Amino acid sequence: MVGIISYGGYIPRYRLSRKMIFKAMGWFNPGTATHAQGEKAVANFDEDSITMATSAAIDSLKGMDRSKMEGLYFASTTMPYKERLNAGIIATALNLPATVRSSDFDHALKAGTTALISAVETVEAGRAKRMLVCAADSRLGKMGTVQEMIFGDGAAAFVVGDVDVIAEFKGSFSLSYDFVDHYRGEMSKYDRTWEERWIRDEGIHKFIPEAIEGLLKKYALKLSDFEKILYPCPFAAEHKKIAKELGLGVEKNQRTMVDEIGDTGTAHPLIMLIKALEDAKPEQKILLVSFGNGCDAIFFEVTEKINGLKPRKGVRGHLEEKREMTSYEKYLVFRGLGLADMGLRSEEDIWTRWSFLWRNRKTIFGLVGNRCMKCGTPHYPPQRICINPDCGAIDQMEEYTFADKKGYIFNYTGDMLAASFDPPAIHGQIDFEGGGRYWFDFTDCNLDNLKVGLPVEMSLRKRYYDNRRDIHGYFWKAIPGKASD
Amino acid sequence: MAIGIKDKVAIIGMGCTRFGELWDKNAEDLIVDAFVECLEDAGIEKKEIQAAWWGCHFDQINYGKAAVPLSTTLKLPFIPVTRVENWCATGTEALRGACYAVGSGAYDIVLALGAEKLKDTGYAGLPGGGNLSQLNAMIRPNYTAPAGFALMATNYMAKYKISFAELKRALAHISVKSHANGFLNPKAHLRLPLTEEEVVNAPMVAWPLGLYDCCGVSDGAAAAIVTTPEIARSLKKDFVMVKAIQISVTSGEEERYNRWDGSYVMTSTQAAKWAYQEAGIRNPRKELSLMELHDCFSITELSTCEDLGISPRGKAMKDIMDGFFDLDGKLPAQTDGGLKCFGHPIGASGLRMLYEIYNQLLGRAGKRQLINPRLGLTHNLGGLPSGSVSSVAIFGREER
Repeated sequence: MVGIISYGGYIPRYRLSRKMIFKAMGWFNPGTATHAQGEKAVANFDEDSITMATSAAIDSLKGMDRSKMEGLYFASTTMPYKERLNAGIIATALNLPATVRSSDFDHALKAGTTALISAVETVEAGRAKRMLVCAADSRLGKMGTVQEMIFGDGAAAFVVGDVDVIAEFKGSFSLSYDFVDHYRGEMSKYDRTWEERWIRDEGIHKFIPEAIEGLLKKYALKLSDFEKILYPCPFAAEHKKIAKELGLGVEKNQRTMVDEIGDTGTAHPLIMLIKALEDAKPEQKILLVSFGNGCDAIFFEVTEKINGLKPRKGVRGHLEEKREMTSYEKYLVFRGLGLADMGLRSEEDIWTRWSFLWRNRKTIFGLVGNRCMKCGTPHYPPQRICINPDCGAIDQMEEYTFADKKGYIFNYTGDMLAASFDPPAIHGQIDFEGGGRYWFDFTDCNLDNLKVGLPVEMSLRKRYYDNRRDIHGYFWKAIPGKASD
Repeated sequence: MAIGIKDKVAIIGMGCTRFGELWDKNAEDLIVDAFVECLEDAGIEKKEIQAAWWGCHFDQINYGKAAVPLSTTLKLPFIPVTRVENWCATGTEALRGACYAVGSGAYDIVLALGAEKLKDTGYAGLPGGGNLSQLNAMIRPNYTAPAGFALMATNYMAKYKISFAELKRALAHISVKSHANGFLNPKAHLRLPLTEEEVVNAPMVAWPLGLYDCCGVSDGAAAAIVTTPEIARSLKKDFVMVKAIQISVTSGEEERYNRWDGSYVMTSTQAAKWAYQEAGIRNPRKELSLMELHDCFSITELSTCEDLGISPRGKAMKDIMDGFFDLDGKLPAQTDGGLKCFGHPIGASGLRMLYEIYNQLLGRAGKRQLINPRLGLTHNLGGLPSGSVSSVAIFGREER
């Protein structure tokens, strides 16, 4: 039996109210009023598709032996790098073995489901026992557009394998159409889209039913065999219309969550799948369809093992942690749509030296330190000579990972002088459970609610963007626990 | 066994520029101004100087690297010149090199000069970037100096269960005292008296430190000429003896090992112990006449009073509020206005502090003159409490 053995979700903390967007930009495009309901998930200024996918992957790997992972597929249409394997950065951040087969799946919104099918097929073919699939998107819409209203940010991750399967992969059916509802050329940052009515009537309305019917026919199934039917659709009325025409009741037709988090692109069907798995019961059949230059329809059957899945944040846990984005202007600055003056201090060059990064890849991207085998003292960054003044052992170290360790705030401050997208820049020293101490940026928190001793979790974030050389740099930040915001 | 530098070296001349936003001065002008005053005060000729130590921290701004900026600016005749850099202890490190050169018997007369021209960056605070190792540039948080010291304030509050308001009040007293002293000093950068209300209500720079908890940023230079006690006596009556110069440098423990409690500075504590030992001081609270502490931030002065063993741990706030460190207190600190009013041209600060001690010991401190001071201490703290270089030096009049 091959299928999903674990899942992990990630929805960034901030929600931007669409009414707030309309209040700011409705004068410019009154037509966006029809979309001005609900809210969308917005990545913090230090998040992108790589960091969100990494967070979802960490959630999916709870309690798993990472050294057994044999592959990593990453899907996104907003890859920070056009050339340089984006999945490679995630694999390093997760400290996966170098022997993983890794690949980026991109260029279409259905890339997330395609990556999932490919991982399943790799395991089915007997070429790997365990594969990690993650998908994330953080798409930008220009100010005053429908895209700005609709696009949300998020990520999903699945571990695919052949033991302890919680949702068996039973089959799939795919369609490929060069249907250009939107596209982004090599030189562009923003999508160019065609008329909404045409996308709806000639695209979504035709392809999704075609994919569903294709799968049913291929496996001789009826729609009534399925407990849940999931297909993303950014237009609420269209989503309902398709359900009605297929004869789906409300209980089977799963909500798209576009009103809660927006359309999260390649991650979206996978986020919907996690949401469905979060309250699925054994033997239930789930049908998942993606849309984007065609469709993938996938058919899962939930197993008994789902009851034994270790607790995790998933999608539900992240939805519970949401915080309001307090202004539209803040959103513009965070996402680089508005140009706030960061001052001369921000112009200091940060040199990315690739040979250095290669030597120190585990230290920087993986938050891997070492531990003295003589006295047990953990070190970050790794040391050759033990920091314990009563030990001082030389070259008796073993690798030690801090990324998965809980920490506590040792001290903290809010720095108004440091150049930041979200002043004050909050940082402080963290004492790790089990030993070790280092000084980190804090993120997703509010200075007013911090205290010495509060627990923190570590999260991979974008540390800098070098605009002269088009380099995205990554490092880990501390996220103070719930009590802090 | 080594017994230290006590009474082996005499300071026979000193110079110090006015500190401030010296928009009309080039970096080289600062060197010349400090040197001319110093040479005149020593009463010797330039050709009598046999070696020099040069201190400058931000070499990427104005001066550049090596010892050449000093030698070419002063036209030193091919004598040995050494450049030193050790964060905020750079000026004291230059003096230490010069004193060791004389104390070892290698040279008779040596110059120590420190300078920094900071106000060509275009923004407030110390210059950022270009100052970290490649690894630290990749993994250190997005921080500035006030934030690094603010961290200690949060540890201090947590450890001694002090409220934000109580801490702010004590910190305000520190800054008000220094501004009152700086107001009396024509060479200080900031010469405006402050009230505690103004300090407490100033805009936040790095919580809990506000604007007036932070020292200024200035241009400036200071210099000293040192020689043997024998030569000093042959040249003049008014000179000052070096009693101790100690430096302590972190092992990295504070940043990475879960032992330090964050409420004090390990290197200052260590350097002070060694300095008292070297100078033969048993009770610094009673024996010292004045102190020039590294008050880059008000919280630093507070913790330093404890690190140097003047106030017991956790009790500096009481001494501060009692006026113990005020100009008319039992042990005045920052009689010249401190870093608070002079600002902190890194390479110059240690020698600028010595300039005040020197003038106080020789009875030349004008309106700030203390009655018959015997021993004065200078302290520098480079880096941050979580990883620092500290110097403690002690000076006195010759016992006759």
